[in-house]
Formats: sequence, C-alpha cells, structure tokens
Amino acid sequence: MSVKIESSAIYTNLMVRRLWWLLVVASLLGGMTVIDILVGPAFLNVFDVLSALVMPEWTSDPTVYVIVHSIRMPMTLMALIVGASLGIAGVQMQTILGNPLASPYTLGFSAAAGFGAAVTILFGLKLPFIPEFTVPIAAFISAGLACGLVYGFAHLRGVTAEIMILAGIATLFLFQSLQSLVQYLASPEVLQEIVFWLFGSMLKATWFSVAVSGGILVFSFLLLVNDSWKLTALRLGDERARSLGVNVHRLRLKIFVIVSLLTAGAVAFIGTIGFVGLVAPHIARMLVGEDHRILTPVSGIVGAIMMVGASIASKLISPGMVVPIGIVTAVVGVPFLFALILSRKKGHW
Amino acid sequence: MLNVEGLCVDYGSVSVLKDLSFSAKAGNFIALLGPNGTGKSSLLKAIAGLIPAEGSVYLGGPRKLARRQSADAIAYMPQDTGATSSLTVLEVVLLGRLRSLGLQVPDTLREEAEEGLSRFGLQSLGARTLDAVSGGQRQLVYLAQSFFRNPEVLLLDEPTAALDLRHQMIVLDRVAAHCREKGTIAIAAMHDLSLAARCADRVICLSAGDVVADGPPADTLTGSLIKDMYGVEAGVVHGTDGITHITPLRAVEGAPGSFAVSPQ
Repeated sequence: MSVKIESSAIYTNLMVRRLWWLLVVASLLGGMTVIDILVGPAFLNVFDVLSALVMPEWTSDPTVYVIVHSIRMPMTLMALIVGASLGIAGVQMQTILGNPLASPYTLGFSAAAGFGAAVTILFGLKLPFIPEFTVPIAAFISAGLACGLVYGFAHLRGVTAEIMILAGIATLFLFQSLQSLVQYLASPEVLQEIVFWLFGSMLKATWFSVAVSGGILVFSFLLLVNDSWKLTALRLGDERARSLGVNVHRLRLKIFVIVSLLTAGAVAFIGTIGFVGLVAPHIARMLVGEDHRILTPVSGIVGAIMMVGASIASKLISPGMVVPIGIVTAVVGVPFLFALILSRKKGHW
Repeated sequence: MLNVEGLCVDYGSVSVLKDLSFSAKAGNFIALLGPNGTGKSSLLKAIAGLIPAEGSVYLGGPRKLARRQSADAIAYMPQDTGATSSLTVLEVVLLGRLRSLGLQVPDTLREEAEEGLSRFGLQSLGARTLDAVSGGQRQLVYLAQSFFRNPEVLLLDEPTAALDLRHQMIVLDRVAAHCREKGTIAIAAMHDLSLAARCADRVICLSAGDVVADGPPADTLTGSLIKDMYGVEAGVVHGTDGITHITPLRAVEGAPGSFAVSPQ
C-alpha cells in the first residue's frame, strides 16, 4: 500500500513540476511580449505606448496609436507566432525522424520558401488584386513543393526516418543551389531585395500575416493534440511504437505535412529564420521531458520566447533602426546552442 | 486459442518462414527455440502483424486478425532494449494502454501501471528516466509494459537476454504464473534451454524456418535433437523434481550448420 502511495506521489510531482514550467515559460513570454511592444526605433514614451495598448481611447497622440497598433503589435505577434510555429515544427520533426539535429530549416522547407520568394522578386511578378501578397504566396507554394518532393520520395521508397532525412537534405541542397542561381542572375538592386527577404525581418509583418500564420498555428496545434501519446510512443523507436498499435508510417506522413504547413506559414511572410526550430525543442525537453502533451506547447512557447527575445535584441543592437531578426536569431542561437550542449544533462543527446 | 496457419515470411529472395503452422491453447507458455537466423523473431513479428507475411493468424475464432485487433490482443516485446529516451519509467508502462490514454490519465489506469511496476520490483524507479536505468532494468520495464497491456497473446523476443540469473528465473516464473492465472498465451524466443525446460510447458523448435519439434520440454529436448539443431553435444537429465536439466558439453567439430536460412 505504501508503495502505491509513493508512486502516486511521484506521478503527481512529475506533472506538477511540468505544469509549473509551463506556467513559468508562459509568464516569461507574456512579459517579453509587452517589452517587445514597448521597445522600438521611434523612441516612444513607455506610458504612451502602454496607454495606446491598454486604453486606446485615452491616447492623445494618434501617431503613437498608429505605431503601436499598426506596426509594433503585428511585429511582436508575428514574432511570437513564428517562434511558436518553428518550436512546434522542430519538436515534431525531431520526434518523427528520431534525430536531435532535425528541424524545419535543415530539411529544406525554409530554403524552398526562400527560392519561391527570390524567383518572384527576380521576375517582378505581381498577383492581380493582391500584389503585396505575391511573395508570401510564392514562398508558401514553394515550401509546399519541397514538402511534396520529400513526401513523394518517402512514399515511393519507404517512410523511414533515414529516407526522409536523406530526401530532406537533398531538397535543402537543391533549393539552396536554385536560390544561389536566382541571386547570380539578379541585378544588384533586385539582389539587395532578395537578400533582405532571405534575412528574415519582422518589418514585413501585417495584421493579415498575423491572422494567416496564427490561424495555421492554431489549426496545426489542434491536429497535433490528438496524436500526443502516439508521438510520445514514437520516442521509444519505430518497432516498439508499432507493437503498441501506432501506424508509424501514417503518423510520420501526417506529422510531416503538418510541419510543412507550420513552417510555410511561419517563413512565407517574414523570410528565413534559423535555429529556433532546432534549439527550442531541446530546451523544452530539458525542462519538461518527452510527454508530448506538455512538450509540444512548451516547445512552442520556448520558440516564441526566442523569437520575441531576438526581436527585442534586433531593436536594441542599433538604436533608431531594426536589424533583420533572421541575423539576430543565428548570431544569438549558435553560442546559446554551444552553451546548452556543454551544460547538458548527461545522456540528453 | 491461437491458430497460426501456413505462415510464410520472405526478406527479398530469402525465405525465413516456410509454411509454418501451429496452435496454442489459453494458458500455454511456449518457449520458441532454435539457432540464430532460424526465424524466431520473424515468427513473433509475423504473428503480431508487424511484418508482411502470407498465411493466417486466428485468435479465439475463425476470423483473421485485423491490424488494429492485433495491437489490442497481442503484445509484442522486441529484443532490442537499446533505444533510450528521457520518458519516465512510469510513462513507458502507461504507454502499454495507448488507446486508453487521453489528455488526462485516469487514476485507475495509473494505479494499475504502478502495480505493474511493483510486480517487477520497479516501484522505486517510477520517476527515473529510461536513459538513467540499466539495460536489465529497461528489459523489466518493457516486460511490465507488456503485462500492463493485459493481452490475450504475449510475444517475447529473448525476454531475459539482458538479465542476471536471478531475474531471468523471476521473470520467466512471472510469465508462467501470468499465463496460468489469466489464460494468456505466451510465446518466448529463447536461447537458454535449461531455463526454457524449467519454465515453459511446451517448446517449439525451429529449423530453417519450419517447426522440427513441438511438445513438452521433457519429451522434446533430447540430446540428439540438440545435437542436430545446434551442433552441440549436451547432457540431458530428467530430475526427480520433474525439471529437465540440460548441460552443454562440447561443440561438434564440422557441424553442418544446416539450420541457417538458405536462399530459395
């Protein structure tokens, strides 16, 4: 009897500790989100910004209201959504491929999105009625094509982790080469525009992009919730998961499509963002373990913290201007990853 | 009642199981014996529906098992315990009832999982992660998971390979007791003939993908069978305690090794 009580306490303690971490990272994200809205190149008064944020009807200066509501809020929310999307996409990718180095970036989706955007910019293509969305739509379609390429290859050859990684890396090289070709063909002015897109910048964020990327994030997350335990079982290896009744091939393909959707939704509007999808899942796993009921949301929140943190840093590095966030995530991401590996819990990798 | 009829498994041009048939009654604990590469693991996986196979597997009736039914009624424990994860031991056991798990884990299910851990002396390891326990302890965790599934058929691929002598005996005794109490059919691929003779109530010997001997250990495991099957001379003594003791004496020089799987 005493044994049962002891074990129950262990499970309860485990869940309490995980939910505590969920609360901690969610609170941290909340605080950082407010800071990100307060910070910007316009050097606005903190109280004016808070007033515009909380009680817009009391805002005396319409410029402050416009800056906060039309520029800063979409930028911050987009950073949050992109970070959460990449954090969730990364953890799913590492789970279905059983590989700690997997991420949406390393499997070529971001490179494909970049290629789609670069082609559109090179040829000056514009869609009728919605010309401003031509580049994001092209990036989205191109990322979808990359997903289809890897998916089709895996479907023909066998949906194993090794085949998918191989196909993903081949896709990455293909689209990186095509991207380089487009840049080689471009004139200096067009090249500058392409490179700026590839850097990844929150300045491209609008309420429309927030709605689209946010909608994709919510939809994908709801699809993933149902498969939480199956994904957890997959951490024991394909054979054990199959013996527990998981249709591993079907699960792998389904999650792969969701990851592609999340990644395309994240990078289509703001450009290529690296490292978040790779590192956020590792931090989340160190905090809350591998139970996907908790791991998936925590990985999303950690990804969002990284992106919002990078957004704050991108505004503070050089006062009066905003450094493209894609540069900041990579510069901050590498030493952070090294520190994480050096301080890792034994056996984590 | 488990009926396996005309089971054939091929890996490319290599035929691993050739028209293999047998049946098992509720409560049977069968030791599956044979040298390496004779198809023991393939047979277990084919029964569990984890690899493509020709032939039929019937359980408790005339209808063939669908994949989903297989997962519910048949628990297969793979040989490999190398896959590590930072899942806790308790979570690994809980995963045995994957279909019953939702966003919240019911208290009754959790208590059952905890009892399952206690049965194998693992209660103090519940919160430890799988990568922080030894290979033998991992094997016990997976056994606890298999028992927790409460299946009609328990398929165990070398369940004692990573265990010390004491735990080998304890685990196999538990399996035998579980079969008697619950009417579960257990089929365990094994290499230790003495342990098989001590714990199982029936042995099935495989050679080149087919059954060469099938029956109670005392009647089936003879010196000549062991010599033919493994290329080893062995002393076989039937003890007064009803247990057959098998002592390997020497490997036979120039044994043909005829039981290795041969291409078609």
